[in-house]
Amino acid sequence: MNPTVRTVLRGAALPALLLGTWWAAFRFGWTDTKLFVPPSEVWHTAVRLAENGYLWTSLQASLGRFLAGFVIGSIAGTVVGTALGLSRRFEQLIGPSLHTVKQVSLLAWIPLISVWFGLGDPAKIAFLSLAAFFPVTLNTFEGIRSVPRDLTEVARVFAFSRAQLLRHVVLPAALPSIFTGIYLGLLYAWLATLGAEYLLTSGKGIGNLLTDGREHFWMDQVLLGVVIVGLVGFAINLVATRLEARTLAWRGRSTAQF
Amino acid sequence: MTSTTASLPLATAAVTSARASPWRRRGVGLLLAWPFPLAVLLLWQLGAQFEWIPPQILPAPLVVAQTFSDLWATGELQDHLLISLARVLYGFSLGTGLGLLLGVSMGLSPVVKDYLYPTFRVFAQVPSLGWLPLLMMLVGIDEALKIILIAKAAFVPVTMNTYNGLRNVPTSLIEVSKVFRFTRWQLLRHVVFPAAFPTLWTGIRYGLTHAWLALVAVELLASSEGLGFLIVYGRQLFQLDVVLTAVVVVGAVGFALDKVLALVEGRLLRWRREAF
Repeated sequence: MNPTVRTVLRGAALPALLLGTWWAAFRFGWTDTKLFVPPSEVWHTAVRLAENGYLWTSLQASLGRFLAGFVIGSIAGTVVGTALGLSRRFEQLIGPSLHTVKQVSLLAWIPLISVWFGLGDPAKIAFLSLAAFFPVTLNTFEGIRSVPRDLTEVARVFAFSRAQLLRHVVLPAALPSIFTGIYLGLLYAWLATLGAEYLLTSGKGIGNLLTDGREHFWMDQVLLGVVIVGLVGFAINLVATRLEARTLAWRGRSTAQF
Repeated sequence: MTSTTASLPLATAAVTSARASPWRRRGVGLLLAWPFPLAVLLLWQLGAQFEWIPPQILPAPLVVAQTFSDLWATGELQDHLLISLARVLYGFSLGTGLGLLLGVSMGLSPVVKDYLYPTFRVFAQVPSLGWLPLLMMLVGIDEALKIILIAKAAFVPVTMNTYNGLRNVPTSLIEVSKVFRFTRWQLLRHVVFPAAFPTLWTGIRYGLTHAWLALVAVELLASSEGLGFLIVYGRQLFQLDVVLTAVVVVGAVGFALDKVLALVEGRLLRWRREAF
């Protein structure tokens, strides 16, 4: 058998087994709790919620928040991270405090944020920005700090101005690490979107769809929510890796020249 | 799941400059770490003193310190702390155990990897918080829910790093050991595991960090004791001093847990260096 086909088949074995058990459990009546819904019911719920628009408005609300928070947090993170990386004084002044604050579990901020910003969207976006801020800041900092000395020395030999040095040497060299930070920021921000929607229970969103389903004992809606959360996470992942591959494509080429 | 580079803190910051002696530079670094937080604290205290900010929004640092010592004196804080720590310990041990098992078996056997890896990826893709409502319906909101969620949080990074660590052992090392006619066991014991250890340990450290994060999340959402509950409780009564106290403790414990693992790592790696 073709090795790739075999790999795919093997990978599909466990999910198929689980799905089969799930279906059989329902089909042969091994359990009769209300909590146990067949796969088909989840699909019907998906169709129903998509048709009446609830699914889309929830998704839109969550993604909108996610994007707003992520953009604010990652821009702030890049700026602070760059400053930390370029100035040793600044790093000595701010770095230790930042590392201490970083230790506070992300979600522990929510109660404080809710007092400062209320329960609406501003609070959620503030929280999401915070979630994206830390990984972006730390990775930007590390990326810039670990730019090889040889590179900066060569740039000095060529009498680069400070701006040129930044633009042509430091940033390109630090970019892979910055991307790791942005990638992590995306993941954290999505996690935080859910957290914010659970804990600041106002408005619409996927998190609210999930809690709503749980409160009413609608297992189909809960399962649907879990699937959507996974799919969105997967999509974010995909977009991030694609973007990174594209932006860093020059690296492969330029080193190949020499 | 490339979380390996996320917060390995400032390893690069210790790059030594040729001029000043390391001790002197360290001293300067330690001194410079203080002005910023002290200025913030001072500003905060002054803000409270002159009532720039209403105390319901931000209680003064001295009030928070007072609340801290009150809660500590009554033993309330320690009770919550112990409950939280026990939960993390159970969940983390369970998740790490399972993660090591799965990671090692996938890392060593391509067949196992073919069967389990895709499902694992899908499972890992849904964040712990996404599983929470489902689990609440399946197992209720008791202790089991908390342990399962914390275990899940630790399980994913441990599995991922164990698997990657084992898979990325340099082939040159394996070739050398083939030249020496190592048995399979010798190869694992003396080459593969030592080479994979740093990555594996990073996974465990991440597992602990994630477990702590998950603990706070479940305790905020479904709990009647523990540090997370203390935060919710303080928030409901609008006692931000209690909230801030609990937040500080959460941060300090997270910091301490990571430090402990870092120390253990130093020990284990030193042993490794001596052994070779």
